[in-house]
Formats: sequence, C-alpha cells, structure tokens
Amino acid sequence: MSALAGRADPRPPAPWVRVVAPIVVGLAILAVWFLLVDVLHAAPRALPSPVAILTEVGKHYGIILEDMGITATNALVGLAAGTILAIVLAALAVTFRPIDGMLAPLVAALAVVPIVAITPILNTMFGASSQFGRQYVAAIAAFIPVFVNVLRGLRQTRPVHRDVLRASAASGAQTFRYLTLPTALPYLLTGLRIASSVAVIAALVAEYFGGPADGIGTAIATYAKSGRAALAFAYVAGGIAIGLVLFLVTSLLERLVSRRTSV
Amino acid sequence: MTDLAVNAVGVGKTFGTKEGDVVALTDVDLTVEAGEFVSLIGPSGCGKSTLLRLIADLDSATTGTLEIFGKPAKQARIDQDYGIAFQQAGLLPWRTVGGNMALPLELHGVTKAARATRVTQLAELVGLTDFVDRYPDQLSGGMQQRVAIARALAEQPRLLLMDEPFGALDEMTREYLQGELTRIAAETGAAVVFVTHSIPEAVFLSDRVVVMSPRPGRITEILPTNLGPSRTEALRESTEYFERVTAVREALHGTPIERANER
Repeated sequence: MSALAGRADPRPPAPWVRVVAPIVVGLAILAVWFLLVDVLHAAPRALPSPVAILTEVGKHYGIILEDMGITATNALVGLAAGTILAIVLAALAVTFRPIDGMLAPLVAALAVVPIVAITPILNTMFGASSQFGRQYVAAIAAFIPVFVNVLRGLRQTRPVHRDVLRASAASGAQTFRYLTLPTALPYLLTGLRIASSVAVIAALVAEYFGGPADGIGTAIATYAKSGRAALAFAYVAGGIAIGLVLFLVTSLLERLVSRRTSV
Repeated sequence: MTDLAVNAVGVGKTFGTKEGDVVALTDVDLTVEAGEFVSLIGPSGCGKSTLLRLIADLDSATTGTLEIFGKPAKQARIDQDYGIAFQQAGLLPWRTVGGNMALPLELHGVTKAARATRVTQLAELVGLTDFVDRYPDQLSGGMQQRVAIARALAEQPRLLLMDEPFGALDEMTREYLQGELTRIAAETGAAVVFVTHSIPEAVFLSDRVVVMSPRPGRITEILPTNLGPSRTEALRESTEYFERVTAVREALHGTPIERANER
C-alpha cells in the first residue's frame, strides 16, 4: 500500500470537493490577509484590512450599487452591440467569400489594438457627459471573441448533415436554420462567455480615462488617489461582482446549450 | 418507362483535382425496377458510393443520362421520390429521435399533427416506439442507424438509397438489421439501391448484385440471386446462398477461385 500512497489518484474529485476546495482556499487567503494586516501589522499602509473593506461596503452599499449599475449597463450595452455586430459580420463572412477575405485581416488588426489606448480619444470625441465612449470600447472588446467563435461555429457543419439536408430538398434558408445555426450555437455561447468578462473589464478600465464622473472605475481611481484604500477596495469588490454574475449567467447558458452536441 | 426506379445510360463522373482529372465512374448502364432490391458491391475506389450520390443528386453526372422514375435526378430529389441513409447515421444531436425522424416532414411544411402520426408509424416500423423522446447520444449505433432509416422512409419514398448503412456496426447487429431491412423493404414496397463491401450482405439482401471494379470505376457484372422473396435466417445456411456468395466472390476477383479439393 505504501508504494501506491505517493502516486496521484487518477480519479476526478467528488463534486462536493470541487465546490468546497476553492471556498477553503479563499477563506485561507482571507485569514492570511487578516493576520498580516490586523494582527502582525506587517502589510504596506495602502493594503487595508478585509474587515475595513467589509465595513466600507456596509456603509456605502447604496452608492456602490448605483455605480455598479452604471458600469454594468455600459458593459451590457457594449456586449449586446458587439455581439450583434459580430454575428451579422460572421454570417456575411461565411456566406460571401470575398467579405471573409476583407474582414479577416481587419479583425486580426482590431484584435491587437490595445483598446484602452484609444479610450481617451473616444472620451474626448463624445464629450465628458456621455457614456457612449465607454460603451463603444466595451463593444469593440466584446466583438472580437464573439466574431472569432461564431465564424468557427458556422463552419462546423458535418458533410453527412449537409447531405441529409440536401437529400431532403431543404432550401438554403432552411439549411441555415435547421443545421448551420444550431451547430454554431455552442460556439456563440463560448464567445459570449469570454466576451462578457472582457466587456466588463473594458467598460471599467475605460472609466479611468475620463468621461462622466460615475461608475466603478472612476470611484476606484478617485478613492485610491485620495488615500481611502478601503473604500477603493470596496468598489473593486463591486467590479468583481459584476464580472462574476455575467460570467455565471453566460456559463450556465453555454452549459445548457452544449448538452446535446456530441453525436 | 416510368416503372423503372433508376435508369442510367452511359453515366460517367470525373472529378477535377489539382493533379488533373480523376475518372471516378465510366459508362455505367443500370436499371432498377420498381420494388427491386439491388446491391452495388466492389473494392474501395470502384465508384459505388459515387454512383449512389449521382442517383441522389448529391453530385451531378459528367456524362450520360440518369433518370429516376422517368425524371432527371434533380427533379426526383426535389419531389422527394427517394429517401437516403448513410454509413454515419447523421442524426441532429439537438433533436429527439422523433424530431430526427420528422425532419424531412418539417422541412416540407407537414403539419404538427400529421408529423406526430407519421412518427408513431415510423417508430413502430423500426421498433423504436419507446425511444421517440430520447436523444441520439442515448442510443446505440444500431439504434441510431434505425432512426436514420426511419427518417429516410418518412416521406414514403418509392426508392430507398443506402450507402453502407451497416458498415460501422458489429456482425450481430448487422445481421439483425439486414433481416429488418428486408422486412421493411417488403412492407413499404420501395425499390432499394444498397452500397456495400460485404459479399454475404449483398447476396442476402438483393434481387440482383451489381459487381463493380476500380480504376476507372465501372460495372463488370450483374448477377441475379434468384433466392425468392423470403429472406429468413435459414437462408444464410442454405446451399443456394453459398453458391451465390461464391459466384459474387469470383466475379469480384475476375477469375474462378480454385478450390482445394479440385487441385
């Protein structure tokens, strides 16, 4: 038995382990954090205690929720616009080969542009009172993963399925509706899951570069600079919450759709 | 001459590739009577699948004329005069068994009530009544293939085209489905063109066996089996059956095979 003890168990862990393990690790990190800041006083001054952050969340949850609403709306508007544009362009690229040739290098170029770099320009362009610049940045950021995935998904139809549809005298529109679209759906949702996180990050970071004086990002920048680190971290927690909710919703959708795709 | 299910005269198919033209099929003359069971047999590359795809209008012939029930192949496909099953079942994984069987009906605008009635009949015909609400990934390979056959029969075609439908199944399932197929063919009265590379399978199922040979793909011999309408398991052990199997084998090899006791 001792010879086996050192080897890794090849079986996957039980479901409850997969839920409990990350929670235990999270709590352990919080404990170490608490120990360093509140007990040993060994942390730098800018790192507030988790207790202080929680207190700030409790005191200011109204305004934090309000700012979360602004940033989440910007991210969602960007996500929706980017997704719709990506689906339309991917469908066009699959249908017409020349359009694919025109779009592919453009999207590749767009993917390497540091989106954040153009944010100050957009903020100036649309004025200090408009959220449009931020939504625009979120849309560009969301567009790329959705476009890439949908384009792939639309090309995944299997020859035998195309033969079945053709032998059943299906029209082009019917083939798209009954075969191409359902085949691409799991790919769309994978793209959407990736894009949801990216859109939140883009919308939040865009706030660091001007525009209206609201939103999570603006608040983090303001309070970090004015020495209220605990409140800044409270806003960071708000940002994490937005990203997490969007990620969970899109992951759930993806899982629901991907259940029947294995034959 | 409309009682001919298939009438091919001088049919040839040439594929253009980068390395030049490849002749897949040349000068094929073949007639299939209504209600007749014809197998196409030959080594890989003999064009048997190509011929089936030409009949199904999944590819178009380069030379010659091909009529299905007196119409051009394309018209026969649009009129749904035939149903087709492939080596891969090619079921849509996001549709239930019933949904897959009803796919051609749905594409042709058949009402929901009429579809439900037909699915009940089809499920009974292929012995899958208890599995109508299951998904394809919950079925064995043999059951999936039965769903594919039911789908091919959905529009009550007078011609059934089958491209090695049992090629990927184990011997037991294969023999069982062969028996089922002869029963189904007799019940529906449809003509069948059946591609296979199994000599016993071809002999057991067919009224006539079409022997083909490669480079270039062509018909070398057409052998009537004269085994009568009843195809039971007892037939597999009868002398006539073995004689026909030998005859087909010799036709495939080109020369009579010397038997050990005749040397």
